[in-house]
Amino acid sequence: MRFKPKYRWLPAPYRSVTLFIVWLLLNQSVEVAQLCFALVLAILLPLLTSRFREPQPLILKPVLAIRYMLLVLADIITANAQVAVLILGPKRRLNPAFVRVPLDLKHDLPITILASTVSMTPGTVSAEIYPDITLIESGAPMPQRWLLIHVLNMTDEAELIASIKQRYEAPLKEIFQC
Amino acid sequence: MQHWLEWVIAFFLLLGGSFVLIGSIGLARMPDFFMRLHGPTKATTLGMGGILLGSILFFSLTGVVSLHELLITIFLLITAPISAHMLIKAALHHKLAAIEKTQGMNNIPPAQTKTHDRNSQ
Repeated sequence: MRFKPKYRWLPAPYRSVTLFIVWLLLNQSVEVAQLCFALVLAILLPLLTSRFREPQPLILKPVLAIRYMLLVLADIITANAQVAVLILGPKRRLNPAFVRVPLDLKHDLPITILASTVSMTPGTVSAEIYPDITLIESGAPMPQRWLLIHVLNMTDEAELIASIKQRYEAPLKEIFQC
Repeated sequence: MQHWLEWVIAFFLLLGGSFVLIGSIGLARMPDFFMRLHGPTKATTLGMGGILLGSILFFSLTGVVSLHELLITIFLLITAPISAHMLIKAALHHKLAAIEKTQGMNNIPPAQTKTHDRNSQ
């Protein structure tokens, strides 16, 4: 796990790349003037805003991150089909449930990504992350944190928890090396 | 525009439209708040994806290349889970009733309060 960026003038390299691409997409051009302005924004904005942010672990395995994005994209498509079937099917057969998943991740950014992924993928919406660490007095030992999710149709609780941990949490741990 | 391209665009528009419709049906049909949330958060993302893909194809083939829709897709994918999370958090905070057969109600944590705030008052 690493918090410190490689260069001080580039505190968030991937955020800079994203800003660069978003600016070009917004203007839909690759003229020299736009490229220069995109470069200025991509360097200036992360520099100016980095002091407002809590330091988060950096993405150390970009290739794995891209693979993770593709995996989630594919899962979103299957999730949509599955939820569509569940919605149109008989209501009586649905078994809604609240399930809590123990988190191995400790930092806000990876947990946020995991919670968002869970919300986008088959039949689950993340509801809460607890306990809230801002309420824990400083110096106290870090408690085990849980992700509470609502499941539209639960068949097997243990299997669901295992699949979330193995399919989404394990790659995130590798990407951030934590 | 070629004839088969029109079919492709129509296919994407219809696919997107039907998924958005299914999401809305889920919103109306499900028995409690927590289950209602599933339709709009998921079925709608693919629905919007389909419509935006149709839009990209149509405008790129009739005039200039149009990529604004890509941005809409990205922002939608980023914001949809967050708004769903905030909605369900608010529902838990207000202790909205879930339907009776919902399992694992005891997994919901009790309300958290700042103890040091209470002491200082």
